[in-house]
Amino acid sequence: MSAFMSLDRVSKRFDPRLTLGDRIAKRLGATVEDRPVRAVTEVSLEIARGETLGLVGESGCGKSTLGRIVAGILPPSAGTVLVDGEPVIVRGRKVTTRVQTVFQDPFASLDPRMRIGDIVAEGPIAHGLVARAEAPAMVRDWLARVGLDPDFAARYPHQFSGGQRQRVAIARALAMRPDLLVCDEPVASLDVSIQAQVINLFLDLRRDLGITCLFISHDLGVVRHVCDRVAIMYLGRIVEVGPTETVYRAPQHPYTRALLDSVPRLVLDDDALVEFNAITGEIPSPLAPPPGCTFHPRCPIAVDTCRAAVPALLEHGDGRRVACHVRAAERGDVDDPHVASWVPEPSARADSPG
Amino acid sequence: MTGAMTAPLLEVRDLQTHFHTRAGVVKAVDGVSFTLQPGQIIGLVGESGSGKTVTGFSLLGLVDPPGRIVGGSIRLDGQEMVGMAPDALRRLRGRRISMVFQDPSTTLNPVLTIGRQMVLALQAHEPMSAAAARDRSAAMLGRVGIPDARARLDAYPHEFSGGMRQRVAIAIAMAHSPGVIVADEPTTALDVSIQAQILHEMRALARESGTALIWISHDLATVSSMAERLLVMYAGRLVEEGPTASVLRDPRHPYTRGLLDSLPATARPGQLLNQIPGTTPSLLALPPGCPFAPRCGRATQRCSDDPPFVREPPRAFRCHHPLERVA
Repeated sequence: MSAFMSLDRVSKRFDPRLTLGDRIAKRLGATVEDRPVRAVTEVSLEIARGETLGLVGESGCGKSTLGRIVAGILPPSAGTVLVDGEPVIVRGRKVTTRVQTVFQDPFASLDPRMRIGDIVAEGPIAHGLVARAEAPAMVRDWLARVGLDPDFAARYPHQFSGGQRQRVAIARALAMRPDLLVCDEPVASLDVSIQAQVINLFLDLRRDLGITCLFISHDLGVVRHVCDRVAIMYLGRIVEVGPTETVYRAPQHPYTRALLDSVPRLVLDDDALVEFNAITGEIPSPLAPPPGCTFHPRCPIAVDTCRAAVPALLEHGDGRRVACHVRAAERGDVDDPHVASWVPEPSARADSPG
Repeated sequence: MTGAMTAPLLEVRDLQTHFHTRAGVVKAVDGVSFTLQPGQIIGLVGESGSGKTVTGFSLLGLVDPPGRIVGGSIRLDGQEMVGMAPDALRRLRGRRISMVFQDPSTTLNPVLTIGRQMVLALQAHEPMSAAAARDRSAAMLGRVGIPDARARLDAYPHEFSGGMRQRVAIAIAMAHSPGVIVADEPTTALDVSIQAQILHEMRALARESGTALIWISHDLATVSSMAERLLVMYAGRLVEEGPTASVLRDPRHPYTRGLLDSLPATARPGQLLNQIPGTTPSLLALPPGCPFAPRCGRATQRCSDDPPFVREPPRAFRCHHPLERVA
């Protein structure tokens, strides 16, 4: 598997910009928040050509920031992003049209004053991918491919439902002929029945166009359905990455397991008493992440090492990588008697009893 | 139905909530009926515009103009709420029936401390000293799983995370041990790990205090893990109801079937989902008869007549061409 898209130790920190007033207040002894937010920390990931990688995590874990870095919208603070061997960003500027993005909210991502035909044609014309005279035919073609009536080109976004707008956003991204599509929660704002339509459209287009995709979502069910591999993110770091079914069937990182256990399942048994195996506590602030493994305050199997050292994302042997001291010790990767003495519990998954 | 012998806690009959807009009359809730027994949890599911939220708001008399309850009856403890004077409604709300809203960042007052808001909610229905109300508030926060509750009373809502704010909203809703809590998508805005905590806590609290819950959601999986009875709404109408697991296992209405088939969890990974074609119709331009007919694979000429509400206790559905019973 050769990497088509690769991230090499990408980090992103946001330093607060203090206004003059803030600086004066600070000088006078007021508490002014001047700690940087470490949104993404040393993330290395690869996506093979034609593959869809899911990026999963809860709010604030840095998945959207990472998506924006891959899409070339945000420059990373450190590390490199390569698509097909070429950088996406050079000196803070996006230098390629080969990466395009579909955003979560189709009500915010389409300019309400532009006809949808112009929305779809704007990028390809600006970048010389299509002559102005040929743009209308191209627009009709793309609208048809995303399941919209080609005659809709003269309409405005407000004349469309959320699902239809998301189709327009997909057409706009694909009309740029990208090699890599970043989808940031593309179905999160849609109703269930519309969500199914857009997922089907995505599956069809991916098959027809052979597109490579980074699919960001908090919805573990959707990710399992559309992604070949999945990466789980927690507080700016990847904690587990591997083939989707491998990860879902036997999650290795305690956070992955807890996350999968938290997802409510359809209960089809009468009298089934569903237990919610919730993780205790909440995600710590990225302003002050805990030392060592950032998951250790909520982790049921944390040992002393976890409080001291950041675990590396190590090969687990079945095509996945896991960042966990305890798992590493089980594999014999770390010579730490304290860790090795920990006996793993059998995986107690919270499937509905019945 | 199980509660035939006891008087229901809440009885909704043929509820009609309409919005009179310039473009026409929107029948947001069009003839919804159900009953709720003490301590029961029922789930109300549907997509945007199905009328599930307006149904919830109607139960608390919170529908604002141009919306109005134009027909039907809502009896809480045998007392008719439709047409009740605003003062009388206010005495019921928060005491006998209360609500938890979807977005915990907009339901709390940002300029009042958590403690102040809780004290106000307590004193609204029960005369008590500020000190006593503060003690009760701290106890309530502790009950919904907020650590170090007494110290947190002086915090402002922005100092709390979304999950903690929703816990505060739940604590306020439970303050007077109401008979009914209407929970409108209470976990939709939360992360899954926090959602699991809240689901667990709300069910336990409801059980401890005997409070009945109306759980409004678009998420069938969440509802199936909470509610014993399920009501499915489409375009303002109840299209199917029954014991939750039975409805989800063996739906009779094609819309319920379609919703289930739309879930990735019910399909093999990577396979096309069995999607429902088309979109929800505008409530201003509903087709005659069954509003689902234009999207329905089983529809015939007959569907342009209003479908009958077929009762097969404990199940019921509104359809000319229901799916065969499997079990």
